[in-house]
Amino acid sequence: VFTEEDKYGLYSNLLFKYFLAEGVVCGHDLFVASAKEHPDNILKELPAPLLDDSYGKELGDEGAAKSEDFQDSMKIAWRYQNLPKMEASPTTHTKFGHYYDISKKMSPELCQSVKWHSFYLHEELSSEPAMRAWNMNSGYAKLLQSLQRIISQEGFDGSDPQKKQRNVLRIGIQSLGSILWGDDVCCSDCPEDPHSLTKFLYVLRGLLRKSLSACIITVPTHLIQNKAIMERVTNLSDMVVGLESFIGSERETNPLYKDYHGLVHVHQIPRLNSLICDVSDTKDLAFRLKRKLFTIERLHLPPDLSDTVSRASKQDLAGSAKLLSSGCGAVAIGKRHLDF
Amino acid sequence: QGKFTLLRDTRTDGSFLVHHFLSFYLRAGCKVCFVALLQSFSHYSIVAQKLGVSLAAAQEQGQLVFLEGLKSCLDLLFGEKEQPGESSPLQFLSGSTSDLRALFDFVRVSLTPSAQDSWKGPVLLVDDLSVLLSLGAAPVAVLDFTHYCQMSVCCQLKGNVVVLVHSNEDSEDEENELLVNSLCHHSDLILWTEGLATGFCKDVHGQIKIIKRLSLRQAAEQDLVQIYQYKIQDRNVTFFARGLSAAVL
Repeated sequence: VFTEEDKYGLYSNLLFKYFLAEGVVCGHDLFVASAKEHPDNILKELPAPLLDDSYGKELGDEGAAKSEDFQDSMKIAWRYQNLPKMEASPTTHTKFGHYYDISKKMSPELCQSVKWHSFYLHEELSSEPAMRAWNMNSGYAKLLQSLQRIISQEGFDGSDPQKKQRNVLRIGIQSLGSILWGDDVCCSDCPEDPHSLTKFLYVLRGLLRKSLSACIITVPTHLIQNKAIMERVTNLSDMVVGLESFIGSERETNPLYKDYHGLVHVHQIPRLNSLICDVSDTKDLAFRLKRKLFTIERLHLPPDLSDTVSRASKQDLAGSAKLLSSGCGAVAIGKRHLDF
Repeated sequence: QGKFTLLRDTRTDGSFLVHHFLSFYLRAGCKVCFVALLQSFSHYSIVAQKLGVSLAAAQEQGQLVFLEGLKSCLDLLFGEKEQPGESSPLQFLSGSTSDLRALFDFVRVSLTPSAQDSWKGPVLLVDDLSVLLSLGAAPVAVLDFTHYCQMSVCCQLKGNVVVLVHSNEDSEDEENELLVNSLCHHSDLILWTEGLATGFCKDVHGQIKIIKRLSLRQAAEQDLVQIYQYKIQDRNVTFFARGLSAAVL
């Protein structure tokens, strides 16, 4: 899973931590790699899981309140009455994964209950392992070697037939491609070694395919100036999700987006072991960060209720709406839109 | 016989065509050399099973020679020192050579018919060529490779070659565009899958342009272009004329 970081890295960090926290709760092993902060610190900051009862009740209350309203029959828009109610957020019926309370930290006991491995670049650089000529950025090469070592030692690739209990390894790599990894792909248009990042991803893909592991990578793509590399990186990933936060951009004050903190762009979804992929109905997703929860919902356009709707604001909204339905790379992306 | 087919996708995923050609040629009894650079063996195997072909059986009988790029790359980088005389098809990754000669030798050796082979014409299938650029091969090296393959497989062995590449309209990846344009000029048949220009649609997954390059063989001929739209299902892909998808009729 490849996540494009938002400008200030706030929200992508959150997703990253969710991924790792889910691993802890499910009892998977973790491997955390970073060049920015020490993995120990990252692990201390994981959100605490919400006990099933409390969250279920919260959502249940909200859901119940909503359904009461909808029992009233619609007077003007009666044609729409028969359409199913649009579910904006995950319902209580579908329980996949766990929910987390980001205002609380995960307890150290829970953290210690799983086996985790860390890779902090600055510590690793000082040690000198045997390195063959790999033709790749040394930071990346070391990370790959470390990963491969853990995978084969711990038996994630099925190499140890004695091991009865097979577990999953969740790998999290933070801010790949940033200058901290020793790669200048984020700084210049013509980087010194343009193929390091893509080679790294290819070898990582090989490692993931041959072992029971899943990996999330966050990359500060807004810093990468060479778009060709971004295209190649997208092709090499199974799933690409971009987070665009509204902080500091003009969209922060746009009434269209007043309930949300940012948009979620799903650029690519995995098409594995099948001819088809699981495409959802809508492509417009936005996220919002409430006090305790980070939710991703379908983006609703607020109803246009003002009396004086000037030409300018209508065009503005239309312009933003155009950006919304940009489609998903695995199926189709259109550039021109039919204007009604 | 002796045809070079280019599969090209833009803004969508054309890999369903690769699965189709793989099962098509295996069912026809041809000897297939499949250079799979992007996905694992089990991925293709599972889809092929849905299409009615068993890759493992074909491999055992010697009908299918499968190069799993990902595994080969790992073996090269993490394996013990290679024995002298044995080199990996992906030798260029280690930087010792900059051309794809090792890969070509692998293809040539796999498809050269041996005495006991009774398969019909050889076929080379590559998925996908754009990955070689990501791995550090120069576009010229990749073009040399395809040229050599075309000469040896299509002309000498009278077989077919099917290659998949990605391309984007406003792509800034100049190397890739160079590769794709050059391949287009040398292909006999181009199957170009594109996402719909109007955006995402649940019932129509994309459109496919079939270009028969008659102008390649005979100077006065014009290329024949046909356009259809398609929808991908679990075991099948349905094609229909533009605007006439089942959802509309």
